[in-house]
Amino acid sequence: MKNFEIINIKDTRSGFGEALLELGKTDPKVVALCADLTGSLKMDAFADAFPDRFFQVGIAEANMMGMAAGLTIGGYIPFTGTFANFSTSRVYDQVRQSIAYSKKNVKICASHAGLTLGEDGATHQTLEDMGMMKMLPGMTVINTCDFNQTRQATLAIAKHQGPVYLRFGRPKVPNFIPEDFEFTIGKALHLVEGTDVSIFAIGHLVWHALEAAKELKKQGISAEVINIHTIKPIDEKAILESVEKTGCVVTAEEHQIHGGLGDSVAQVLARSLPVPIDYVAVMDRFGESGKPEELLEAYGLDAAHIIAAAKKAVNRK
Amino acid sequence: MPKADELKKIASQIRRDIVRMVHDAASGHPGGSLGCADLFTALFFEILDHDPTNFDMNGIDQDIFFLSNGHISPVFYSSLARSGYFPVSELGTFRKIDSRLQGHPTTMEGLPGVRVASGSLGQGMSVSIGAATAKKLNKDDKLIFCLMGDGELNEGQVWEAAIYAGAKKVDNLIAIVDHNQKQIDGPTDEVMPLGNLRTKFEAFGFKVLEMDGNDMDDILKTVTRAKSETGKEQPIIIIMKTEMGMGVDFMMGTHKWHGVAPNDEQTEKALAQLEETLRDY
Repeated sequence: MKNFEIINIKDTRSGFGEALLELGKTDPKVVALCADLTGSLKMDAFADAFPDRFFQVGIAEANMMGMAAGLTIGGYIPFTGTFANFSTSRVYDQVRQSIAYSKKNVKICASHAGLTLGEDGATHQTLEDMGMMKMLPGMTVINTCDFNQTRQATLAIAKHQGPVYLRFGRPKVPNFIPEDFEFTIGKALHLVEGTDVSIFAIGHLVWHALEAAKELKKQGISAEVINIHTIKPIDEKAILESVEKTGCVVTAEEHQIHGGLGDSVAQVLARSLPVPIDYVAVMDRFGESGKPEELLEAYGLDAAHIIAAAKKAVNRK
Repeated sequence: MPKADELKKIASQIRRDIVRMVHDAASGHPGGSLGCADLFTALFFEILDHDPTNFDMNGIDQDIFFLSNGHISPVFYSSLARSGYFPVSELGTFRKIDSRLQGHPTTMEGLPGVRVASGSLGQGMSVSIGAATAKKLNKDDKLIFCLMGDGELNEGQVWEAAIYAGAKKVDNLIAIVDHNQKQIDGPTDEVMPLGNLRTKFEAFGFKVLEMDGNDMDDILKTVTRAKSETGKEQPIIIIMKTEMGMGVDFMMGTHKWHGVAPNDEQTEKALAQLEETLRDY
């Protein structure tokens, strides 16, 4: 098992922007739409290189989602770009009817998800988006953990037929997934082998889970860390195989406890392998302004809280 | 026989289909469907350059029609079936379990002729702009048609789409508003007055035409003119006056038949007013 180290510090959204540019060069059917956040979504390079395939829609997300659905009729693969909040709750009915129910091949790419959006505060810190999106039949839901994984996932979803919600974030965070890792939709990544507790982590909390596992090892607890990057369809096999070995679980995510990764993992386990589970998630509250790292600590989403949750889960076995 | 007379005969059969489908399902939306029967007949039997027997989702080199106000699905389904998209006999499955003819149109069941789900209002113009943009990218010079209801114009998304279409010169789009001046809770002038639609759409950059949607000659003339106005860096919208319930006297002049099915006696009375010109399904 590889020892994951920090390659560099980068934002996940830049991984999206880089891959989108690459897709522009390799697939003439890839088009992009943005609702007045081109710089924030790192879509400028694509917009500059392919002005005929880039559509600035203004601050009109509902129209953007409908247009994306329409662009598939004619064979195009539209990537929409705006903040996660405006990619989901703002346009849930448009996504539901014109995209998901209509089985349109639209890639909804969402930045600035979660508390780590930081100072802008709760209006923009969506913590409900994965729950909403995973409830839509046929919708694939992915939350990437670093620059490299976001880049790899962006390339992968272009090849997938069907609607996808790709969630990433704003801040610069450790980039540790090797550049040549293969991203397979729906296939979890084993990051650390362990025997006492399974930590299933998604998004920015994957790095925190790795740090937690290092500390737990020092304290005599062998934690297995699995990166569930695709919350739907979830990798049931990877979850069950790990839990058969460890017998207890911690889930870690930058999302409400209701509707997130924890719910999805619990559902898999409740059906066939019920074990103690502890959740590292936002506990039914809205966010607030602050620095990303301050918020993760204040809302109980950092390595220290993952360690505490792991101990609690192990003690309940 | 002159073209318009022939189309009027088809429209009569489509109206029979609407009444029979909604009666049979004991639910559905006859009022708006009857009002738009003449437009649908003109589109599907005369105006659209399309290939009903070889339906393809992408519709390359074909005109594409989107129904945004999906609740008038009876007139849409009848027109699709009668023009050859699927067997006419399937109209008898409308709104029943295991049918491709859902209450509101969907692509989920793979019904030929339907390219996007509609029902939740206000979304069709955005989808149409996307499809029109795809046509431009594909260097496909065929057109996109989109029908909306006037009540539907209450939805904000319509105006997001209108800003885009005008600003970005989506000139291969012909939008049509069914201006029957009625919505569920009553006359549009009471529920949410729309003001001057012509000046509103002109302000958004549209070329605005008007027609009587229950006059076949006017429909053919106006849509032909609309087609001649495409490619001139302006989206086009036709404000189409119709009478909700047109063709069935007791359904006309009221919003009460927006979403109500006729009973046996009313159905008999309605069908007596509508000539069976093709065979009933």
